[in-house]
Amino acid sequence: MKPAAVADVRLTTYNKRVYEPSDDSFALVDALLTHDWHIKRPRLCVEVGCGSGYVICSAARLLEQHGIRAHCIASDISSAALQATQETLVAHSVACVDLVQGDLLSPFLPGFEHKVDLLIFNPPYVPTPDEELSRTDIARAWAGGNRGRVIIDRFLPQVKDILSPEGFLYMVTVMDNNPAEILQLLAEDGIEGKVVLERAADEEALRILCCWRI
Amino acid sequence: MKLLTHNMLSCHIKGVKNGYPFKIDPVKIEEMDADYDPDFLRHIYPRLEWPALREAAQVMGEPNLPEEVTESMLQNDEEFLRHFHHALLELILEEGALVCPETGRRFPVHKGVPNLLLHEDEV
Ligand SMILES: C[S@@+](CC[C@H](N)C(=O)[O-])C[C@H]1O[C@@H](n2cnc3c(N)ncnc32)[C@H](O)[C@@H]1O
Repeated sequence: MKPAAVADVRLTTYNKRVYEPSDDSFALVDALLTHDWHIKRPRLCVEVGCGSGYVICSAARLLEQHGIRAHCIASDISSAALQATQETLVAHSVACVDLVQGDLLSPFLPGFEHKVDLLIFNPPYVPTPDEELSRTDIARAWAGGNRGRVIIDRFLPQVKDILSPEGFLYMVTVMDNNPAEILQLLAEDGIEGKVVLERAADEEALRILCCWRI
Repeated sequence: MKLLTHNMLSCHIKGVKNGYPFKIDPVKIEEMDADYDPDFLRHIYPRLEWPALREAAQVMGEPNLPEEVTESMLQNDEEFLRHFHHALLELILEEGALVCPETGRRFPVHKGVPNLLLHEDEV
């Protein structure tokens, strides 16, 4: 079997200010590999919190491998992350991704409603004291506050506004975040979903969610 | 930043009603060749705000986009599709600013990346 064309960690930039591609990143990309690219062909893709760029670069490669021409935007709150993503994209010769610095999906809202076909987010999901949330260093890549849910819960209400009628969301969660409750919250917004990948990693029980509009 | 991305962004300062589209204040514009794919253009067209693209393209040096686009132009007007492609995907805003049409707030674009983070008193 031909190896799936995802990003190469050796060509991925990260440093002490940028989240290193880790088990959660790999699980998210493995979940993207299960996407039915032949039927659901995204034209506009957004990754929130792109960090090193490993995930969006993998997504761009999967699109290309399936002959799908798409436009992607990778966003992050951290300028160091965006610079790393830029380097990772160049190292992989990926040209279909633009970068935006911003908070979650707010650069697109209001205004760009219901137009994104593929939305990807590996959020800061680690349960921490809420004080950790005000740090502006690398802690911002993982610190999720109470139950690891503070950033996730700011993101969830934006999903219904941004997803296109045929759109999909792929998101990393861990059991501490209560993925069942997250799916319930999305369901109240008319978005259905399920756990598409479960994986035990370093004291974390990863659950990758895939969600779509009913 | 390509103009396709510009078409997706708006100013979300609290209280702003008409934060779309950003005016572009270009300092450095680059041109980059992108593969021409009319099928992609036809798919993306319905999701665009055409007047915003047209205005942005003018500022960025592509003055040939028409005011009205018809189905037949999208299907087989090669000259139109080439201009559309060029405006959407080949003009890159490297340095400059995005300016909120309502408040005049400037969001800097540096090395091709717009910074849309708000100050504390804007959220
Ligand atoms: C767990 S890391 C994921 C990085 C990368 N996508 C990956 O999977 O390896 C979370 C990322 O989200 C970013 N982030 C944190 N809070 C954010 C916010 N409010 N808006 C946008 N990005 C945010 C962090 O800077 C960090 O790069």
